[in-house]
Amino acid sequence: MEQILKVDNLVKKYNDSYAVKNVSFKVNKGEVLAIIGSSGSGKSTILRCINQPEKIDSGNITINEDSMVKEIKKEKVIYNSKDILNKMNLECGMVFQSFNLFPHLSVLQNVTEAMTQVLKMDFKEANKKALKILTDIGLKNKVEQYPCSLSGGEQQRASIARTLAIEPQIIFMDEPTSALDPELVGEVLKVVKELASQKRTMVIVTHEIQFAKEIADRIIFMSKGEIVEEGTPEEVLDNPKKKRTKEFLKRYSS
Amino acid sequence: MENILNLLKILSQGLSTTLLIFVLTLIFAIPLGIVVAIAQNSKNKILNAITKIYILIIRGTPMMLQIIFVYFAPYYLFEISYDRFLAVIIAFVINYAAYFAEIFRSGILSIPKGQKEAAFTLGFSKSQTFFRIILPQVVKRILPAMSNEVISLVKTTSLAQVIGVTEIFALAQKQASFQFSILPLCIAGVMYLALCTIVTFAFNKLEKKFSYYTIT
Repeated sequence: MEQILKVDNLVKKYNDSYAVKNVSFKVNKGEVLAIIGSSGSGKSTILRCINQPEKIDSGNITINEDSMVKEIKKEKVIYNSKDILNKMNLECGMVFQSFNLFPHLSVLQNVTEAMTQVLKMDFKEANKKALKILTDIGLKNKVEQYPCSLSGGEQQRASIARTLAIEPQIIFMDEPTSALDPELVGEVLKVVKELASQKRTMVIVTHEIQFAKEIADRIIFMSKGEIVEEGTPEEVLDNPKKKRTKEFLKRYSS
Repeated sequence: MENILNLLKILSQGLSTTLLIFVLTLIFAIPLGIVVAIAQNSKNKILNAITKIYILIIRGTPMMLQIIFVYFAPYYLFEISYDRFLAVIIAFVINYAAYFAEIFRSGILSIPKGQKEAAFTLGFSKSQTFFRIILPQVVKRILPAMSNEVISLVKTTSLAQVIGVTEIFALAQKQASFQFSILPLCIAGVMYLALCTIVTFAFNKLEKKFSYYTIT
């Protein structure tokens, strides 16, 4: 199995408290990893460290051959060059809990913007590709509309389309359904399932335990910034070994 | 009636000066205001401090004093005298850029952090993020506040007369004392009111133009 992402002893502190404490895991190509755990357990922080809005305090993150951290000198993290970080950034796609679509751009423009501005694609070509992606995702009749006139589910699907446009090698989703009405969750999960069936590499932070079970190849359960348990859905969800995992799952099944 | 028409004719001679101050101030103060707002938001502490002091001084002193200072300070210090109209424009641009900068800053701060993060993860550079994602949304958000400030600029142009630049209000005052009548001032008032009405109308149009989307 070809490994895409490697997280080594990741540490992230806010002031003096640990948000993420010595977390290590790997993701192989075509694999779907789900990270579950209660709020404040550091799940989202890990994604934010990999996608670089947050600076890490120790450890390293490797995507393909590129490492985020060059060296650690006197407990200070020295990042690699901008070029490498930018390359890593483009290899990662991020889907946010609150969509973060660009409100002043139409759905189509939201998808084409990065293609024309960042990847310097031809305008026509970008439009064509965006239309294809949006059609696949079921938003063909919404392309000319603006995000404010879309339902939450449609907005999240549009934001997934926007991420797919830059063809990331690995897609991160930060609680993609947490901001949605219960009846809109299904349409987004359907799209994510579709992506999984295409063998796309994904890391999904989610509260949808049942969904994680269906879609994930592997599951990580986190608590208080640390990985408590890791394994296949059967291992972690059906036969948890740790007490903390059992407690957490009990609340969800009842 | 004839007197009114006559007065309108006289005051119109100042209209071009008033309009020129108004337009030139907008042309230069808006970009300068954006630059100051960016400097204020930057992480550079020196830039931060400079812009803070600049805004504090400009907002904390009378504009009349600023106009007089800009024109007379070079003369008192270095015996340099220069064009009065140019001095008015410099003073107005420096003054209004400070107020515009504060409006821009509030606009930039009001854009949700997620917009920047989304742009970043899509690979946009910092300047692409600012000019293509943040600024268009800022423009929409600050239109009501800007309309306020631009309307105030219409009326503030009357301060140009303190260093002898003749605009509508200077002419009106002259005619008022010359004719011993309140009428010239009333006509000047109506002219300012007309200008402000046009500005208000223009901003309403702009707000409508931007109403195709809402920022959530």
